[in-house]
Amino acid sequence: MATFNNNVPTKFPKLDPKGPAGDIVLAAERAKATFNTQELTKFMYGEEWLDRFSRVLEVIENEPAFDKSNRYYQGRNERVADAFKKDKRMVELAREKKWTDVDSQIANFLYDQSSPFSLHSGMFLPTLKNQTTDEQKKLFLEPALKHQIIGCYAQTELGHGSNVQGLETTATYINETNEFEIHSPTLTSSKWWIGGLGKAANHAIVMARLILNGKDFGPHPFCVQIRSLEDHRPLKGITVGDIGPKFGFNTVDNGFIMFDHYRIPHISFLARYAQVKQGTGEYVRPPNAKLSYGTMVFVRANIVMGVRFALAKAATIAIRYSAVRNQFVDAANPRKWENKVVETAVLDYTMQQYRMLPIIAQAYACFFTGREMLRLYNENQANMNAGNFTLLADLHASSSGLKSLCTTMAVQGIEDCRRACGGHGYSMFSGLGSFYQDYLPNVTWEGDNYVLTQQTARYLGKQFRSVAANKTKESDMNFTSGYLYEYLQNPNSKCPAVEAADFMNPEVLLNAFRFRAASMTQKLVHQLDNQGKSWNSMTVEIARVSKAHTQLVLLSNFISGLQAARSDLSSSTMQALRNMALLFGSHTLEQELADFLVSQYLSPDQAGMVKDLTLDLLSKVRPDAVALVDAFALPDYYLHSALGRYDGKVYESMTEMAEQEPLNHKLVTDSYEECIKPLVHAGKAEGRWKGEGMQAKL
Amino acid sequence: MVDNERVRFPKLKPAEPQGTHLLAVERQNASFKPEELSVYMHGQQYLDARESILNILQNDPILGDKSQRYYQGRDQRFDRAMLNAKRYAELIRQHNWNADEALIADMLIDEPNQFRLHRSMFMPTIANQGTEEQKDFFLRPAEKYQIIGCYAQTELGHGSNVQGLETTATYDPSTQSFILHSPTLTAAKWWIGGLGKAATHACVMARLITQGKDHGPHPFIVQVRSLEDHRPRNGVTVGDIGPKFGFNTVDNGFVMFDNYRIPHISMLAKFSQVVKATGEYVKPPNAKLSYGTMVFVRANIVMESRYVLARAATIAVRYAAVRSQFVDASNPKKLEGTSRTVETPVIDYNMVQYRLFPVIAQAYACFFTGREMYKMYNENQDRMAQGDYSFLADLHATSSGLKSLTTTISLAAIEQCRRACGGHGYSMFSGFGNFYQDYLPKVTWEGDNYILTQQTARYLGKTFRSVAANKGNQQLNTFSERYIQDYLSNSGARCPAQSAADFLNPEIILSAYRFRAAQMIETFVRKTDQENRTFNSMLVLVYQISRAHCQLFIVSNFLAAVFPGPTQKELPKEVLSVLRTMALLYALYTMEEELADFLCSQYLSSDQATMIKEQVVQLLGKVRPDAVALVDAFGLPDYLLNSALGDSKGEVYEKMTAMAEMEPLNHRAVHESYEEIIKPFVHAGKHLWKRDSNGIARL
Repeated sequence: MATFNNNVPTKFPKLDPKGPAGDIVLAAERAKATFNTQELTKFMYGEEWLDRFSRVLEVIENEPAFDKSNRYYQGRNERVADAFKKDKRMVELAREKKWTDVDSQIANFLYDQSSPFSLHSGMFLPTLKNQTTDEQKKLFLEPALKHQIIGCYAQTELGHGSNVQGLETTATYINETNEFEIHSPTLTSSKWWIGGLGKAANHAIVMARLILNGKDFGPHPFCVQIRSLEDHRPLKGITVGDIGPKFGFNTVDNGFIMFDHYRIPHISFLARYAQVKQGTGEYVRPPNAKLSYGTMVFVRANIVMGVRFALAKAATIAIRYSAVRNQFVDAANPRKWENKVVETAVLDYTMQQYRMLPIIAQAYACFFTGREMLRLYNENQANMNAGNFTLLADLHASSSGLKSLCTTMAVQGIEDCRRACGGHGYSMFSGLGSFYQDYLPNVTWEGDNYVLTQQTARYLGKQFRSVAANKTKESDMNFTSGYLYEYLQNPNSKCPAVEAADFMNPEVLLNAFRFRAASMTQKLVHQLDNQGKSWNSMTVEIARVSKAHTQLVLLSNFISGLQAARSDLSSSTMQALRNMALLFGSHTLEQELADFLVSQYLSPDQAGMVKDLTLDLLSKVRPDAVALVDAFALPDYYLHSALGRYDGKVYESMTEMAEQEPLNHKLVTDSYEECIKPLVHAGKAEGRWKGEGMQAKL
Repeated sequence: MVDNERVRFPKLKPAEPQGTHLLAVERQNASFKPEELSVYMHGQQYLDARESILNILQNDPILGDKSQRYYQGRDQRFDRAMLNAKRYAELIRQHNWNADEALIADMLIDEPNQFRLHRSMFMPTIANQGTEEQKDFFLRPAEKYQIIGCYAQTELGHGSNVQGLETTATYDPSTQSFILHSPTLTAAKWWIGGLGKAATHACVMARLITQGKDHGPHPFIVQVRSLEDHRPRNGVTVGDIGPKFGFNTVDNGFVMFDNYRIPHISMLAKFSQVVKATGEYVKPPNAKLSYGTMVFVRANIVMESRYVLARAATIAVRYAAVRSQFVDASNPKKLEGTSRTVETPVIDYNMVQYRLFPVIAQAYACFFTGREMYKMYNENQDRMAQGDYSFLADLHATSSGLKSLTTTISLAAIEQCRRACGGHGYSMFSGFGNFYQDYLPKVTWEGDNYILTQQTARYLGKTFRSVAANKGNQQLNTFSERYIQDYLSNSGARCPAQSAADFLNPEIILSAYRFRAAQMIETFVRKTDQENRTFNSMLVLVYQISRAHCQLFIVSNFLAAVFPGPTQKELPKEVLSVLRTMALLYALYTMEEELADFLCSQYLSSDQATMIKEQVVQLLGKVRPDAVALVDAFGLPDYLLNSALGDSKGEVYEKMTAMAEMEPLNHRAVHESYEEIIKPFVHAGKHLWKRDSNGIARL
C-alpha cells in the first residue's frame, strides 16, 4: 500500500503553447476570407431552421443528461447506462418544450450518439405508421408514441443480411386458433444486429416468412411482444439478448432473438398491404409494391444530406487544426509572424490541401444533390398519387448509386481527415475516433454498398438498350436516357480542351463525365449481350459504371444548383461555391482518371491539364478554407473535439482533456504493487540503488 | 426485482451446409499442399519455434486467456495488460527466449502493453547509442526490468519535424549536470508509450544547449519516477494522454520538466559528447551508419505487413467460403448429395474475389520483398564495414517509400477485408476491430507516410539527373539507376502486348512498371529544373513517384523470385505454379489500380488497359480453388486470430453465439436501467393491459 496520498490528480503547469496562438491564427484566417460566411450558412439552412437549431442547442447544452464530457473515457457498461438516461430525458424534454419532430431530430443530431431508444423512433414508429390498419394503429401506434411500449425492427438474421428473401424465421398461421406461430428453426435464423432489442425493447417488428396452409409467401412484418410489460423479463419461448461489443455503436444494445414455437394473435400481422383472412388463412395480395420505392428515395436523400454533415464535420476539425498546427519551415517560402520566421502551417502544404480541400467540396456537392433529391421525391410522390410513375425508376436507380457512393465517400473522408491530423488524429480527443467508428456501418447497412450498385447498373443497361434501339420516346427522355442519347449521337467525340483553363468551363467538365458514364454503360452492355459474359463476372465493372453515373449526378446537380441560386447569392459567395464545384469536378476527374482515358474522350495531355487545374483550384480555395467549413456552422458541442474547436485553442484543450483521464486521478497506478514493484525492487536487492527512499537512483 | 439468469442460446445447428464441411471441401480442392509452401516461406526451424511458443502461451493461465479482451473497458484492459506485460517478462526469462523468439511470442499475444517500448525502443537505444559505461549503468538493470523505460521524442506540438522539438537540456559544468526544461505547453512530451503509468525512466530527446550554443536534439536517459514507491519525481509532471482510437492497453504518456537536473552520465554519448569539466561539445563521426539500422527496421515493417495482410485475408477468405448469400441464378449451387438448391458462398462472387484475392497476393508480395530487403541490408552492412557507401542511398530511399506503401496498403486491406465480411465484420468478434485500431498508427509513426515519400522522390530525382548527365558512360550499380537508364535509352517505347495473355509475360509487365516510374521521375525533374516549380507545389506528384518506384521494386522482387523460381527439389512445381499466379495477380491488379499513371505515360493504350482488366478477372478464377489453402499456408493460429469469422474449422455461427453469451449485458435478464428509465414509461400504459390465458399482460 502506498504510504502517501495517492489521490492527487495530475495537473499541467500553467504555460502557453508556443506561438502563434491558435485563436489569433484562426481569427486571421477568418479575416482573409473572400465571402460572407453567414450568408452561405443562411442560404443552406434557412433562417427558420437556424433559429430552431440555436434554441435546441441552448437547451441541451445545459442538460446534464446530454453532457458529453465523459464520453471518451467510459467503458461500454457506463456508456449504455448513460445512453438510457439521455433517452429518458429526451422524451421528457420533447414533452416539456413541446418540440416538433424537427426539433427532436436536431437534438439527436447534436447529441450525436445513438442510444437504446433510437430505433424506436427511427424504425418502429415509422413502420407502425406506414404498414398498419387503423385498428392496429390504435392498438400499437398510440401507446408506442407515448413509449408505453418500446420497439425495434428485427429483420437481419445471423445468417442473412442483404438477401431478405433468404430469411429463415417462420410465422405459420394456425387456422384453428387464429394465431401465428413464430419459430427459429436453426441457429443462423436468430435475428441479429437489432438495435434496441438487446435490453430496451418490449416489442419488435419481426420480419418472418409467412406460411399459410403449408405455403410459403416469403418475409412479412409482425408486431411481436417479447418482454413482460410488468417486469421486463423475456417472455416464455423467447431467447433474447445483446450481440456483444462492436467496432462502434456501443451505446446501442444491438440484440439477437430466437423464437421457440412462439404464438402471437392474428392482429400482430401488419395488414395495410398484404392480408391474411381469419380462420381460413387465405392470402390477400398487396396492391402496387412500387409505392414503397418512393419511401426508399426519401430515406436515401436523407442519407446524402447526412453525408454532407459527416464530411463537413470531419473537414471542420481537420481544417481548423491544420491552420493552427505548424510543421517545418518551408524554405522556398518561409512564413513570418511578428517579424520572425516561424514554422509553416500545415494547411499551406499542397499535399495537405490536396487531402482536405476536396472533402469540403464533396460536402457541398452532397448538399446540392440531397436538396435536389428531396425536391424530386416530392414531385414523384405527387406524380405517383396521380398514377404517374415515370420519375420513379430513374430516381430509385440514382438513389441506390448515391447511397453507395456518398456513404463510401464519407467514411473515406472521415478517415482521410483523421490521418491529415497526424498523430493527434489518433487521440479520441480529436473527435474523429468514435465518429468514424459510429459512422462505419453506413456502408454495409440500408443496402450493402456493393450490392446496391447492381441496381443502378441494371437500370443504366436497360435504358441504354432502349435508347440504342430507338425505343425511348422523346417524351419519356429523362436525365439518364438524355445523356445516353447524346453520347450515341457522337460516340467518337473528343474533349475539346486545349489548356487547363478550358476545364474551368463547367460544360467541358460535365461533358467529360457524361461521355465517360455513357461509354462505360455501352461497354458493359456489349460484354453482357454480345460477348456472353455472365453478370457475376462483370460485377467489378458494374460497380464502376454505377460510380460513373452517380458522380455525374453529383456534379450535374452541383452546377445546376448554383445556376438556380444566382439571384439568392452575392457574387463573392457564388464565386466561392463555384470554386467548390470546379474543385469537386476536377478532383473527382483526377481520381477516376483511368476511366476517362480508357474511354478515349480525354487524352494524356488533357489529363495533365486537369492535374494542373486541381492544384490551381486548391490555391484559389486556400484563403477561404476556414470560412468554408465555418459556413456549415457546426457548434463545438456537436464536434466535441480538441483539434476542431472554433477558437483554435487546440493544445489547451488537449491538455485539459488529458487531465480528465481517470488514470491521471491517482499518482501511482493500481497495478504497481503486483506488476512493477517486485521487478524494480529486485534492483535494490542487487545493490544497484544509490540514495534512500524517494532519492534512490541508479 | 426479478430473477436475473444468464442468456443461453438453444442447442440448434446453423442452416445447411455446415461451415466445417464447406471449409473441408475447400481444402480438398486445393491444387497444392499449404504445409509445403509454409515450410518454404518460413523454414522448418521457425515453424517449430512458433509452434512451441504457441503451446506455451495457449496453456499459460494468464496469456492463454484472451476471452475477455473484447468486452472490457479501458480500465480493465489496462490492468490486464499490466499482468500480461509482467507475465511476458517472466516467460522470456523462464524459457530463455532469444530476441526473435520473444518477438514471435509478442506477435502471438497480439496486444501492445505498457512494457513493449521498454524492449523495442528503450533498450535498443541504450545498446546502440550508449558508451560501455552507460550500458553497464543503464542497460544491465533494464534487461532485468529493474528499471523500466520508454522513448520520449514526440511533443504535443511536434511530431515529424524532430529538429523543431522544444524541450531543452542545458549543461551546467559547475554541477556537471544537465537541466531539462519544458518552456511551453506544446513542449510537453506526448504519445510516449509506457510513460503514462509504467516507466521509471525515459530516453528523452531534448535540444542540447552547452556553452550557450544549441546543438539540436540529443538523447538523455532520465529517471522520471521514484524507484522506491513509483511517485513522479519533483520537477516532473507525468501522466497518461487519455483514450485513443486503439492502443488503449498502453499508457501513452506525457511528461513536462521544470528545470529538472540530471547527471552528466545521462546523455547517451557513443556518438556526440559533452566534455564533463568544460561543457565542450564533441561532434559525432559519420552519421550515415544509423541509416543502415533504419533499413533493417523497415525491412521488419515490410515483413510484418505480410502478416497483417495475411491475417486480414485469412479471416475474410474463410468466412467468405462459409457465408452463403443469394442463389446465383446462372450457376445455382446444390447441397451436396441432394438436389436441393442452396445459396452460393460469397467467395464465388466475382466482386468478393476482386476485393479479397489481391490482398492474399499482396501478403506474398511483401514476403518476397521483405526477404530481398534483408539480403540487401546484409550486403550493404558488409560494404559499409569496408567503407563502401555506394548502395546506402538507394537502399535507404527505397526503404522509406516501402514503409509508406506497405503500411498504407496493409491498413487499407484490413478495412477492405472487414467490409467484405458484411455486417458481421463490424462485430468485435470478427477479430478486425482491435486489429485495425491497433495497426492504424503505423501510417503516421516511424515516419509519416506522406512525408517519407519526399525522401524517396528527392533521391530518385537526383539519380535521374546523374544518369541523364552520364549518358551511359559509367557503370550502373543500383536498381534505380538501371531502370532510369533503360527508359532514357528508349523514352518513346510502347507496350508490345496484343492480347490479354501477353500480360502473363513477366518482361512485358516489368517494362511497363519501369517505364511508368522513370517517366514520372522525368516529369518531376523537368518541372523542377525547367519550369521552376517549387517542391511544395509538387508534393502530390512526389507521393505518386514514390509509390510507382516501390511498386516496381515489389513487382520485380516477386517476379524474379518465381520466374523461373526455385527448382522442383526446393519447391514442388504445383506450389511454384500457385506462387506464379499470385505474382501475376499482384502485378496486374496493381496495374489496374494505378491504370491512370500507365495511360498517362502513353506506354499503355486504352485497348491494352481493357486486356489487363480481363486478365485480372481470369486470374481471380484461377486463384479461386486455392484461396483457402493460400491463407492456410501462413499458418496463423486461432489463438492469434481470436475471430469467430476466421475460425480455422469454419464454426463461424457457433462461435458468434458462444461469444455473445459472454457479453456482460447478457449475464442478467433485465438491465439495471430498467427501474429508472423503462418502467415508469411502460407502467404509465397499465390501463391498456389485458391478461392473456397465461396471465401475461399484453396490449
